[in-house]
Amino acid sequence: MDFLVNLLPSGLAHHAPALVIVIPLVAAAVAALMPNGRLGWIVAMVTASLVAFFSLVVLGLVLSDGLISYHMGGWEPPYGIELRVDALNAVVLALVGVVGLLCVIFALPSVGDEIEEGKQALFYSAFLVALAGLLGVTITGDAFNVFVFLEISSISTYTIIAMGAGKDRRALTASYNYLILGTIGATFFVIGVGFLYMATGSLNMADIGQILQEQGHNRVTQAAFAFIVVGLGLKAAMFPLHVWLPNAYAFAPNFVTAFLASTATKVAFYALIRFLFSVFHPDVAFVELSFTWVFAAVGVIAMMVASSQAIFQTDARRLLAYSSVAQVGYMMLGLGMGTAAGLSAGILHLINHAIMKGALFMALGAFALHFGVRQIRDLNGLGRTMPASAGAFTIAGLSLVGVPLTIGFTSKWYLITAALERGWWWAVAALIISSLMALAYVARMLSAIWMESPPEHHGAKPAARHAPYMVLVPMGILAFANLYFFFHADVLVGLAEAAANAVTGGH
Amino acid sequence: MNPHLILRVVSKLLIPMIVVFGFYVQFHGDYGPGGGFQAGVIIAVSVILYALIFGIEEAQKAVPPNVARIGAATGVLIYAGVGVATLFLPFAGEAVNFLDYDALHPDQGHHSGQHYGILLIELGVLTTVASVMLAIFYAFAGRVPDIPDEEW
Repeated sequence: MDFLVNLLPSGLAHHAPALVIVIPLVAAAVAALMPNGRLGWIVAMVTASLVAFFSLVVLGLVLSDGLISYHMGGWEPPYGIELRVDALNAVVLALVGVVGLLCVIFALPSVGDEIEEGKQALFYSAFLVALAGLLGVTITGDAFNVFVFLEISSISTYTIIAMGAGKDRRALTASYNYLILGTIGATFFVIGVGFLYMATGSLNMADIGQILQEQGHNRVTQAAFAFIVVGLGLKAAMFPLHVWLPNAYAFAPNFVTAFLASTATKVAFYALIRFLFSVFHPDVAFVELSFTWVFAAVGVIAMMVASSQAIFQTDARRLLAYSSVAQVGYMMLGLGMGTAAGLSAGILHLINHAIMKGALFMALGAFALHFGVRQIRDLNGLGRTMPASAGAFTIAGLSLVGVPLTIGFTSKWYLITAALERGWWWAVAALIISSLMALAYVARMLSAIWMESPPEHHGAKPAARHAPYMVLVPMGILAFANLYFFFHADVLVGLAEAAANAVTGGH
Repeated sequence: MNPHLILRVVSKLLIPMIVVFGFYVQFHGDYGPGGGFQAGVIIAVSVILYALIFGIEEAQKAVPPNVARIGAATGVLIYAGVGVATLFLPFAGEAVNFLDYDALHPDQGHHSGQHYGILLIELGVLTTVASVMLAIFYAFAGRVPDIPDEEW
C-alpha cells in the first residue's frame, strides 16, 4: 500500500490518523446543511472515499514503519490524547473504511426507497457521525476517549436504526431497546475505566497497561475488568448480552443493517481485544481464567444457541442477525484460546464475517428494493426473477456455512487448527455442529430462492428485474471477495496474523 | 386586559440581560467557571423563555427552526475548522498536530495562540449548544400527536 502513501504530500500522510476521524465529523455537519438527499449522499460518498483512502494509508504506514503515535493538539501522552495505531487497529480501521465505502455506494437507491426525502440529508449526517465514532473507537489510544467515541457512534446508531420506522414502526421499539441496553453497556464500560483511573491515575491505555504490570492487580482492577468486559461485551453482542441485536438488524433500513452488521460489533470486539491484551495482560491469573471460562465458554454457547434460534426464524434479516450472534461466538472462541494462533483465527473470522454479512444484507436490500422482501417465504423464486442478486446471496450464504472455495472455509479451518493446537476437541466438535446448523438455516433461504417458483400475480409471473448498478457493484465486489480471498488467502491471513502478533508478541 | 401582563413586561426586561450574561459566561470562561456549553444553554434559555411567555409561533418567527439546524452544523464546522486550520498553519516553520493552537499566533511568550484557539473553539461550542437546545425545545413543543386524541 506504499503507492497510496506516495500519492500524498509528505506532511499530510503524517496527519492521516487525525484526518480519518476529522473528515467524517466535519462532513456530518456539512451533510446536515444539504437541502436534499442526493446532495447529502454526495457528501457522504466523498467522505467515505476519503476515509477509505486515509485508512488504507494508515494501514500502509503501520505495515511498513510500525506503530504510529499521533499527539492530539501537541500534548505529550499520557497527559494528552494520543491516537495510537498498531497492526491490530490498522486492520480494523481499514476494514471499517473500505466496507463503509461499499455500503455508501449501496445507500443511494436503498435510502432513496426507504427514508422520506426531507429527512435523507439528516440521515446521512447521522450516518457520518456513526462512522466517525466507530473509526474513533478504533484509532484512539485513550481509554476515556474510547468511551466518548463509543457513545458518539451509539447515539447516532440509535437514530439511524429508528429511521426504519418509515417502513415498519417496530423500528422505534427496536431502537429504544438498543438505546436502553447500549446506555447500560456504556455505563458499565465507563465505570470500569473510572476504576482503572482510580487504580493507576492514567487514562492512556498503553500507560495503564504498563503501570498495571509494575504495581500488580487488586480488587479495584478486578472490578474494572469485570465492568469493562460486560460493557464492551454488550456492544459486541456477546452471547447473553445480544438481545438488542436481532430486532435492531431486522427493522433498521437495509443500508443501516448492512453497515452495522459488518462494522459496529467488529469495532466493539476490537476494543475488547485491546483491553484484554494491551491494558490487562493475558498472563494475569484472572484474565487467563476469563479466557477459558468466559470467552471460550460463552462463544461455544453462542454458536449453539444462536444458530439453533436462527433456524426457526421467519424473518430473513432476523435469521441473519441471529447468525451474526453465532459468528461473534466464533470470534470469542478464537479469542478465548488465548494463543496467537487462536486470536489471529478470530480476527480473520472478524474480517471474513464483515465481507460475507455485508454481501448478504446488501442482497436482501436489493430484494427489498424491487419486491419488498422481508420474510423467508417472500424469497420464493428470486433465483429466476433477480438472478444476479440471488447469485451474490448464494455465494455469501455458502461462505457463511463454510463451504470450501469460500473465505468462510478459510477462517473455520484456521479456527479448527488453532483449537487442535490447544487440544480443545470439544471446540472442534462445537465448530462442526454449529456449521451444520448454519447449513440448515442457509439452506432454508437458498431452497426458497432456487427451488420454489415465483408467486403468481393474477396468473402472470413477475418479470425478471435487475437491481440498480449502485447495488450490484458493491454487492458484486463483496461476493467476489468471498471467492477471491479463498484463493489468495495469504493476504487476509497475513493481516490477521500481523494484527494478532501486534498484541500477543507472537506467542 | 392580558392576564400575563406582568410576566410579559418582566420577561421583556430579563431576556436581553440573560443574553448579555450568556456572553459574559462565554468570554469569562478562560478565567473562571463557564465556557461555551454553559453560555450556549443560557442563550438558548432566553429564546425558550420568550417562547413560554409569548407562544411558540412568536418564538419561531424570531428564531426560525431552520436557523437552529444551520447553527448546530456551523458550530461543529467552527470547532473542526480551527483544528484543520492548525494543520495548514505551520508554526515556526514546522507543521503541528491537529488542534495545536500555538500555530494560530506567533507570540509564544504570552501563548497568544492558545488564547485565540480556546476562544474560537468555545465559540463553536456556544453556537452548537445554543442551537441544539433550541432545536430540542422546538421538537418537543411543536410535536403533534400521530393519532389525534379523538381517534383513540
